Amino acid sequence: MKRYDLIIVGAGPSGLSAAIEAAKRGLKVVVFDENEKPGGQLFKQIHKFFGSKEHRAKVRGFVIGQQLLDEADEAGVEVVLNATVIGLYQDKEVVVKRGDEVEHFKGNAVVIATGAAENMVTFPGWTLPGVIGAGAAQTMMNLHGVLPGKKVLMLGSGNVGLVVSFQLEQCGCEVVALVDAAPRVGGYGVHAAKVARTGVPFYLSHTIVEAEGEDCVTGVTIAEVDSKFQFIPGTEKHFDVDTICLAVGLSPMSQLLKMAGCDMEDNPKRGGQVPICDEYGRTSLPGVFVAGDVSGIEEASSAMIEGRMAGIVAAEYLGYIEKEELDTELESLDKALDGLRQGMFAPKNRGKAIEKTEEGIDISQNLLLHGFVADDEIERYPGVTHKVGVHPVMECTQNIPCNPCQDACKKGCISIGSNITSLPIVVDGSECINCGMCVASCSGQAIFLVDEDCGDGTATVTLPYEFLPLPEAGTKGKGLGRDGKAICDAEVVSVKSVKAFDKTNLLTIRVPKEYAMKARFFKAV
Amino acid sequence: MSERIKEHPILGVQEKGELVKFTFDGKEVEGYEGEPIAAALKAAGLMVHRYTKKEHKPRGIFCAIGRCTDCVMVVDGVPNVRTCITPLVAGMDVRTQYGVSDKPFDEQ
Repeated sequence: MKRYDLIIVGAGPSGLSAAIEAAKRGLKVVVFDENEKPGGQLFKQIHKFFGSKEHRAKVRGFVIGQQLLDEADEAGVEVVLNATVIGLYQDKEVVVKRGDEVEHFKGNAVVIATGAAENMVTFPGWTLPGVIGAGAAQTMMNLHGVLPGKKVLMLGSGNVGLVVSFQLEQCGCEVVALVDAAPRVGGYGVHAAKVARTGVPFYLSHTIVEAEGEDCVTGVTIAEVDSKFQFIPGTEKHFDVDTICLAVGLSPMSQLLKMAGCDMEDNPKRGGQVPICDEYGRTSLPGVFVAGDVSGIEEASSAMIEGRMAGIVAAEYLGYIEKEELDTELESLDKALDGLRQGMFAPKNRGKAIEKTEEGIDISQNLLLHGFVADDEIERYPGVTHKVGVHPVMECTQNIPCNPCQDACKKGCISIGSNITSLPIVVDGSECINCGMCVASCSGQAIFLVDEDCGDGTATVTLPYEFLPLPEAGTKGKGLGRDGKAICDAEVVSVKSVKAFDKTNLLTIRVPKEYAMKARFFKAV
Repeated sequence: MSERIKEHPILGVQEKGELVKFTFDGKEVEGYEGEPIAAALKAAGLMVHRYTKKEHKPRGIFCAIGRCTDCVMVVDGVPNVRTCITPLVAGMDVRTQYGVSDKPFDEQ
């Protein structure tokens, strides 16, 4: 039986991070993954990540995936693919199925980083071809280049539902509705806003009554639900769709831990059946550690930090590093993880209705109910100011851990300060040079450069644009409001696409000046 | 009904293997070698992978990552092949699965 210092199950963000940290400290490490390719779900993530520099903020998920693979390679990590771990037994014996063969391995320590699986909801017709998981949509469009459908209804307004809706539109699908039984949008407001402004209607307190079709989906009916999630008769709405996408949460894949005899708990705040573990992933079994979604649903950025923690803890457990080094390393990782777990979407706030920002400003109710900040709400946020000439307008209205905008502005126009969840403010007396770096670096696509009065009755609005075809200067069309409705004529003045923007094109449109603070998207006609 | 993404605003033009031919229920279909069988079928607009054994209900792609087994088909004579994670090879014989057979129920 082959023996390793450390056996890691799962080559996703947390597993690879654990492997890198352990291998760098001299451990002989192997990572088993059931998939054909490593990286877990990272290679399907094409949006820019949130956080700060240390969390690899504003880098797109698939790029982070490649960075992790390169680091793992450099550190000498052995990654075995198409290898399904089917058992974890006494004394850390790991049983792996490859093809038709089953092999046994022994680890002096084991990190379980198996991630999570998508939840499902059932309704009449839910088994029809054309009803797919949001992850399936991402897999098809972002890995295999195949359209998941033409007309799609998305169920679920958490970050997965919002991000995948946007990605569906990016590859040319029409998202006809974004539906959630919950009374409020579950994910980041900025993710909702960038979907809403393209014209996707949000239906909160609604869910699917029925999927229609004989051999595959041809339509769907939704209806409003009351506070007890019962359908309200007469509120049915029908859509012709070929695809229904389900983004209704994730559950930890913790079966191996249960099988090994770890103490487990059912913890809804962490997403279901999870191992009881300390903050560094030590389970009730000595030498068995956990990292990432398997120990509680969060996201890839925190999974990577948890993975690094588990790798370092395993190194100390096996005597490769001293307690002192462990403590120093963990201290800095604690800070990094703590940074991500702040703000209104922090795990501790899950399920709470938050009424005010940390600054004491009312949260936009329209954002929670319809996916966009109403025109009469937007002025209350500190990133939204008025000034002669071009200036940044930051429609960042919720406390989320993210700060690339303040680093992006070389002129010091934008400040978040040391508290990473603070809303960005425009620094008094600063001078915007219209470089566009803030617009491109905002992972939430919530920053616009506005010249409210060009002197000829028009205004210009520069907005982030990640769609094809890319309009050219001179293209005429409509300016769309935050709600995605056409509100005025608009003409593209310029299109900037430079390498530093990382595929976020900057579209500057000219609109009548009364729409300077209203037009936030462009559609060619 | 479905099609391929020619150019993606973030991912550009995706690299694919060689365009090859395979068969779906005996009819010739094209796909890229190495991509999942399910991706090739989806790109060709083929949605139904199998019919369930008891109630004869259609099933297609659901999770696309090899977990749910909704997309299994008879591939080169072997039933229950997860088409979403099985790479396409030129000349593959891919068949709709009825229960666990490639024969329609009225012929079983």
